[in-house]
Amino acid sequence: MTTETLIWLIPFPPVVAFFLIVLFTNKNKALSHTIAVGAAFISWLGSMIVFARALGVEHLGEHPFESSINWLPLADTWFRIGVLVDPLTAVTLFFVAWTVLMIFLYSIGYHNYGQPEGDHDHKGLPPHGATVEEHGHKHVVPSVEPMYSRFFAFIGLFACGMYVLVVSDNLLTLFVGWEIMGLCSYLLIGFWYAKESARDAAVKAFMTTRVGDVFMLLGIAWLYSYAGTLNFRELFTPEVLEGMSNTMAFPGLANTILVHVPGLWPFISSISVAGAISLLLFIGTVGKSAQFPLHVWLPDAMEGPTPVSAMIHAATMVSAGVYAVLRVFPLIMADLPSHGTTPTMSIIAFIGAFTALFAATIAVAQNDIKRVLAYSTISQLGYMIAALGIGAYVAAAFHLITHAFFKALLFLGSGSVIHGMEHGVLHTGNHHVDPQNMFNMGGLRKKMPITFWTFLIGGFALSGFPLVTAGFWSKDEILADAFGHGHWWVFGTLALAAFLTAFYTMRQITLTFLGESRTQEAEHAQETPWTMTTPLVILSIFAIGFGWLGIPEQFPAIGGLIPNWIHDFVGGTLAEHPEAVEFNILPLLTSLVVALGGLYLGWLTYRGVNSPAEDRFQIPLLKNKYYFDELYTSLFVRPAYWFAETFIYKWMDKGLIDGILHIFDPLTNGLGSFIRNYFDVPVINRFFGDGSADLTYWFGGKLRVIQTGRIQQYLMYAIVAFIAIGAVLYYFLLARSK
Amino acid sequence: MVPLSWYLILAAALFSVGLFGALSRRNAVAILLGIELMLNAVNINLAAFWRYGNVTDMAGQVFAIIVFAVAAAEVAVGLALVISVYRQRNTIIADDIDILKW
Repeated sequence: MTTETLIWLIPFPPVVAFFLIVLFTNKNKALSHTIAVGAAFISWLGSMIVFARALGVEHLGEHPFESSINWLPLADTWFRIGVLVDPLTAVTLFFVAWTVLMIFLYSIGYHNYGQPEGDHDHKGLPPHGATVEEHGHKHVVPSVEPMYSRFFAFIGLFACGMYVLVVSDNLLTLFVGWEIMGLCSYLLIGFWYAKESARDAAVKAFMTTRVGDVFMLLGIAWLYSYAGTLNFRELFTPEVLEGMSNTMAFPGLANTILVHVPGLWPFISSISVAGAISLLLFIGTVGKSAQFPLHVWLPDAMEGPTPVSAMIHAATMVSAGVYAVLRVFPLIMADLPSHGTTPTMSIIAFIGAFTALFAATIAVAQNDIKRVLAYSTISQLGYMIAALGIGAYVAAAFHLITHAFFKALLFLGSGSVIHGMEHGVLHTGNHHVDPQNMFNMGGLRKKMPITFWTFLIGGFALSGFPLVTAGFWSKDEILADAFGHGHWWVFGTLALAAFLTAFYTMRQITLTFLGESRTQEAEHAQETPWTMTTPLVILSIFAIGFGWLGIPEQFPAIGGLIPNWIHDFVGGTLAEHPEAVEFNILPLLTSLVVALGGLYLGWLTYRGVNSPAEDRFQIPLLKNKYYFDELYTSLFVRPAYWFAETFIYKWMDKGLIDGILHIFDPLTNGLGSFIRNYFDVPVINRFFGDGSADLTYWFGGKLRVIQTGRIQQYLMYAIVAFIAIGAVLYYFLLARSK
Repeated sequence: MVPLSWYLILAAALFSVGLFGALSRRNAVAILLGIELMLNAVNINLAAFWRYGNVTDMAGQVFAIIVFAVAAAEVAVGLALVISVYRQRNTIIADDIDILKW
């Protein structure tokens, strides 16, 4: 099979699995998960083959695998869609395929496959456990998820969306994959739909990302109307980019009053089409990758099952936002040669750096094990966005990959912890203990050793533990880039965020695994089955090893031992191979200090903390996430409700529309009865209906007297008629023709 | 040879006699007789046209024989009906058998 054909086929197995499970096998749990995991495996296999072949191509950036077909007939041409695998796509496929497969496998164990049906489980609620009798005494064990098959169908569709997005060669199909994931994240966050909080979170996630998506679609439409194509390879040629950066975005405003506002016109006229479009596209990413100010949906999305959190918030959907920015990076950079600076990049860098720090501060005060990770994800995505904003393309891609691995690992690890804690809760029967609250844990390292060690690896990778972990190398590269290009504010902000990251990660590890068990439930926590621990082990290998592929060549002692593969390979995606930043000891020292310092301080602060009251960082401002939810509720949600209720419903619908309709009612009623009384009844019914019947009746009455029953009379009629008809025929046919 | 018109006049006369009989006689058997006369008038026509036309063409004779056969069958059915009616109603006067009316 040619590589191009293979790339076309990669997104299909999961979506086939989706339809198979939904339509046929949803009654059979084992068959459903076999189909789903099998499909994920086939896509994984395809991705690995494509990745391996991509490695074998020299200058893949200039000669990528690409193939396209005519799709939508336009006036005199076609809109073509197709697939493209360049270095960026290849590495993205690599981590997406691995994490997706691991998450699929993990879901089997997470949803308690092989356990009995629950005693009183409902669809739409997490399983509550089942009572089993063993050796004469009863005990409670975890019960299987009631909507087991549905879960696998949904994540299958989700995986399809991600693969479509990754292999697309144009913005339109990328957007299609983007939206498939938007839908699936709604379905999966609201998977336990009987919980009100899950329903709300699903709606919130969908609505919030929708804000970004609308702007992104506007950007795509603008791009298409300007360039006439959405294909990346056709768009990102020097001619098109130069044209876009030399065209003013809003020439129509030159004749308006805005020209006379002091200081405003030079700013507006400096915005190029490239800048405006890339800003619109970036807003889509802000929504999808949960950047400030559209970050609010992601923490709430933790209501979904944990594999979903790993899938949406680590490996795929939020990564898709960063991936989209990486994809359109030449467009963002287009203004750089002609203008020297681009406002779009400044905005991107600002939002990224701000989000990185802002989310990290919130994470410090969260007690829910998954919420800490959620804010950490927002923070790490901010890192990547900030890196893109300062032009550190390779560093952003590198961090995207390593983050996908270690954050998927952390989420799956936290799911494993929660699972173990739920086991304890079922054992003691005390359902008031929240199995996700870290203050209820402690000492889990002895109960769940595999989870502990893998979580430790993931946590250290997240903190950037020096030399060993992947997170160190990617984070260090971003800091070095910020430092090397003189972006002091970005550098400082990110360094501070890195410190906080290490701090809250150690807080999480300390509270969860170290010390002694703080509750009976933690005392009875149990290690999770192999389907859950195997993905953890595999992902932790990547969380360590993947970083070694991107060690800067000038790094002291170990630099150059392994070639800086990431830089050489991913950097080739861009037309101009980015230069590696000059090595400087200062950013390296900074990242060493913040990582180790943060970890140490985190351990020091929390080793003796046993309850939220002893935690000095439970500051209301942080605990309540800077009151953003409250702000948005009063700023957008309530006005929207008011608008819908008072304006649309009461005033417009009830008053105006119904009012107009109420005029129509008597009008049409009057017209109807007029037609009925003066036309329908007299003319149609009386005249035509009854009239024709009367006429026929009367005529029949007159005619029946000739029906005498006398045979000779009939014969007489026949002869008379014969003679008459004969005479007529004679006259017309014979006499007249002479 | 006798001219064709003689035969035709004979046939027309015979037909008219038959028609008059069929229309005017009150007895059902007499009506049947009238019908037979009309059929035989037709037969005379057929035979005459055959003789004065293409003699090798047998259609005229064949038709005449078919008419005989049909007439025989018709009379058999007709007389059977007449007998049946007579048994039921004790009359064969055509005007009295008028139950097929409004």
